[in-house]
Amino acid sequence: MWLHRMGADLKFWAMGQRMSIGGIDIVTLAAMLMAASTPVLLAATGELVAEKSGVLNLGVEGMMIMGAVAGFAAAVATGSPVLGIVAGALAGALMATLFAFLTQIFLSNQVATGLALTLFGLGLSALIGKGYEGVRPPPTAKLDFGPLADIPVIGPIFFSHDWIVYASLLLVAVVWFVLRYTRAGLILRAVGESHDAAHALGYRVVAVRFAALGFGGALAGLGGAYLSLVRVPQWTEGMTAGAGWIALAIVVFASWRPWRVLLGAYMFGGITALQLQLQAAGYAIPVHILSIAPYVITIVVLVILSALHRHGVQAAPASLGKSFHASS
Amino acid sequence: MITLIRRPNPSQFWTFATPIVAVIATMIAGGLLFAMLGKNPVEAIRVIFWEPLLGANASYFRGQLLVKAGPLILIASGLAVGFRAGIWNIGAEGQYIMGALASAWLALHVYPAESHWLFPAMIVLGALGGLLWAMIPALLKVWFGTSEILVSLMLVYVVENLLAYMAFGPLKNPDGFGFPGSRNLQDYPSAHNVDLIAGTGLHWGVVTAFVAVIATYILMHRHITGFRIRVAGEAPRAARFAGVIPARLVVFCLGLAGAFAGLAGMFEVSGPSGQITDSFNVGYGFTAIIVAFLGRLHPIGILLAGLLMALTYIGGDMAQLMLGLPSAAIQVFQGMLLFFLLGFDVLTNFRVRLGRGASA
Repeated sequence: MWLHRMGADLKFWAMGQRMSIGGIDIVTLAAMLMAASTPVLLAATGELVAEKSGVLNLGVEGMMIMGAVAGFAAAVATGSPVLGIVAGALAGALMATLFAFLTQIFLSNQVATGLALTLFGLGLSALIGKGYEGVRPPPTAKLDFGPLADIPVIGPIFFSHDWIVYASLLLVAVVWFVLRYTRAGLILRAVGESHDAAHALGYRVVAVRFAALGFGGALAGLGGAYLSLVRVPQWTEGMTAGAGWIALAIVVFASWRPWRVLLGAYMFGGITALQLQLQAAGYAIPVHILSIAPYVITIVVLVILSALHRHGVQAAPASLGKSFHASS
Repeated sequence: MITLIRRPNPSQFWTFATPIVAVIATMIAGGLLFAMLGKNPVEAIRVIFWEPLLGANASYFRGQLLVKAGPLILIASGLAVGFRAGIWNIGAEGQYIMGALASAWLALHVYPAESHWLFPAMIVLGALGGLLWAMIPALLKVWFGTSEILVSLMLVYVVENLLAYMAFGPLKNPDGFGFPGSRNLQDYPSAHNVDLIAGTGLHWGVVTAFVAVIATYILMHRHITGFRIRVAGEAPRAARFAGVIPARLVVFCLGLAGAFAGLAGMFEVSGPSGQITDSFNVGYGFTAIIVAFLGRLHPIGILLAGLLMALTYIGGDMAQLMLGLPSAAIQVFQGMLLFFLLGFDVLTNFRVRLGRGASA
C-alpha cells in the first residue's frame, strides 16, 4: 500500500516536469523501445541457436512472416491471442523443418535455400493473408503489475507490457544458460564448431541441427506473430519489412552471444522507436528518409563490428554454413 | 535406409536433368496448391504454361514474354558470375532501382530537350547508378570484411524508401495534378526506350540481355577472369595460391552484377514502366536469383530459365484473369521451384543407394 502511495506522489511530482528532449518524451520512447525490440529479439535469439549448431539459415524473414500470418489467422479464428502466438511459433518451426530437410538431408546450399525460404514465405503469407487485411485481431492484455506500474518513469518503461515481452527476456536467459552450463548446450556448440569431430564422438549431427533449426524457426515465428498480433496489430502483406534480416545482422553484431543479442535488439528497437517518435513529433524530415534510419544504422554497426573483429578472434562457429556429410 | 554416396565428379546427366525434374515436380506441387485453392489444377497449369505461348491471344503475350524475360536474364547473368565465386549479392533489387532512378533523374532534369545523346547518356547513368550502389557492399566487404549478403539486402530497404521519397518529392511530375509519380518517359521521345519492332516487346533492354548472355559466356568459359572466378568459388585456398586476389574478385563481381541490374532498371523505367513511382519495382531483382539458380549459373541456362520464369509471370497474370487465381499464388509457385531445384541438386553430387551401403 505504501508503495502505491509513493507511486502516486511521485507521479504527481513527475507530471510537472516531463522529461522531454526536442519534443520527444523520453519515457514514452523508452517504453516503446521494449515492445519495438521484441519481434527482432525473439527472431535473433532463435537464429543464434541455429547458427551455434553450425547452420546459417537466411530464411528468418520468411519464417517470421509465416509466423505473422499464421498467428494472425489462428487468433482471429479462435479468438485467442495465445493460440495465435502458439500457431505462429508452429508455422515458423514448420518452415525451419523444411529448410532442415533440404540442407541436412538433401545437402543443399544453405545460402540459396535460406533465400528460397524467404521468397517462398513472402509469397505463401501473401496468399494466406488475402482475406485478413483490415481485420482486427483479438487484443492481448498488458500484464497487471498493480502499484508497480504507477511508479513514475520506471513504471511505464518496465511494467507496462504484455507477457510476451517478459517471456522474450526469459528466453534469452534460458538460451544463455543452456548454451553455457548444460550438456545439451555443449553438444550443440560442439556440433557447430566441428561437425566431423562431433560425429566421430558419436553425436548425431543432423538430429542436433534439426532441433536447433526447429527452435530457431519457432522463435522467428513467435516474433512474427507478436508483430501482427500485438505490435502493429494488423496483417499487411510483407509487414516484417526486413526485420528478419535485421535479426540476422544482430546475431553477427552480438558475436554469437545471447546477452549481446539482447543489447543489439534493444538498440535497434530504440532507433525504430525514436524514428517513429520523430515522425509523430512533426519534424520536417520526410518520412521516407526517417524510415531508412534503422537499416542504415544496422549497416554502420555491422561495419564497425567487422572492422573490430577483422584481426581479432573469429567469433562465428567454425562449421557455420558448411554442409555435413558423414563420408566426406 | 537411404544412403548418399559422394560422386567423384558431379554427374553430367543430372546437371542438365535436375532443372527439368524440378520444373515437373513444381507443376505437380503447384497443381496441388491450386487444387487446394479450389481451382482445377490441370486447367491452371495449362493456362500458366500454354495459354501465353499458343493460346487464343498468344500474339500479344509473346511480346510480354520478352519484356519480362529481358530484365530477369540481364540481372541473373550478372548475379550468376558472383554466385560462382561465392559472392552473394542479394541486393540486385536495390541496384535495379538505383539504375532506374539515376537515368530517370537525368532525363527529367534535361526535359524537354530533345537530343540523340540523351538515351545513350541514360544508359551510362543507369549502369553507373547500379554499379556505384553495388560498390557499397563490395568496398565494405573488401575493407572491413562485412557480410555482403546482409549489407546488399539492407540497402534494398534503404533504396525502396529513397524511391518513394523521389516519387513523392523531387521527381514528382509538376504537371501531374498532385498525383505521385514522375513524368511518363514514354511521352518523351528522346528518352523513350521504344520497341525495335513494334508490338514484339523487343526493346534495347532485351537486346542488352542477349548481349549480356554472350558476354558472360565468353567471360566465364573463354577468359582467364572466369576461370579465376570459378576456382575462387570451388577451391578458395587453391585460388589464393594461384595468385587470385579475393578483393578484386569481390569488386569485379558486385560491380558487374550492379551495373547489369542498373541497366535493367534503366530500360524498364524508360520503356515498359515509363515512370518512377513508389511501386516501380516488382521484385525482378529477387526473382533473378531464382533464375540464376534455375539456369545452373550458366549463361545459356539463364537465358532459358529467364524465359520460363517470364512465362510463369504472364501465365500467372492470365490465371488471375481467367480463373481468379490470386497473384501471390504465382510467387509461391516460383519459391517452390527454387526449393525443388536445390533439393534435387543432391543427385548431381551424390549417388543415392537403397540399403545401408558402405559409406566410403
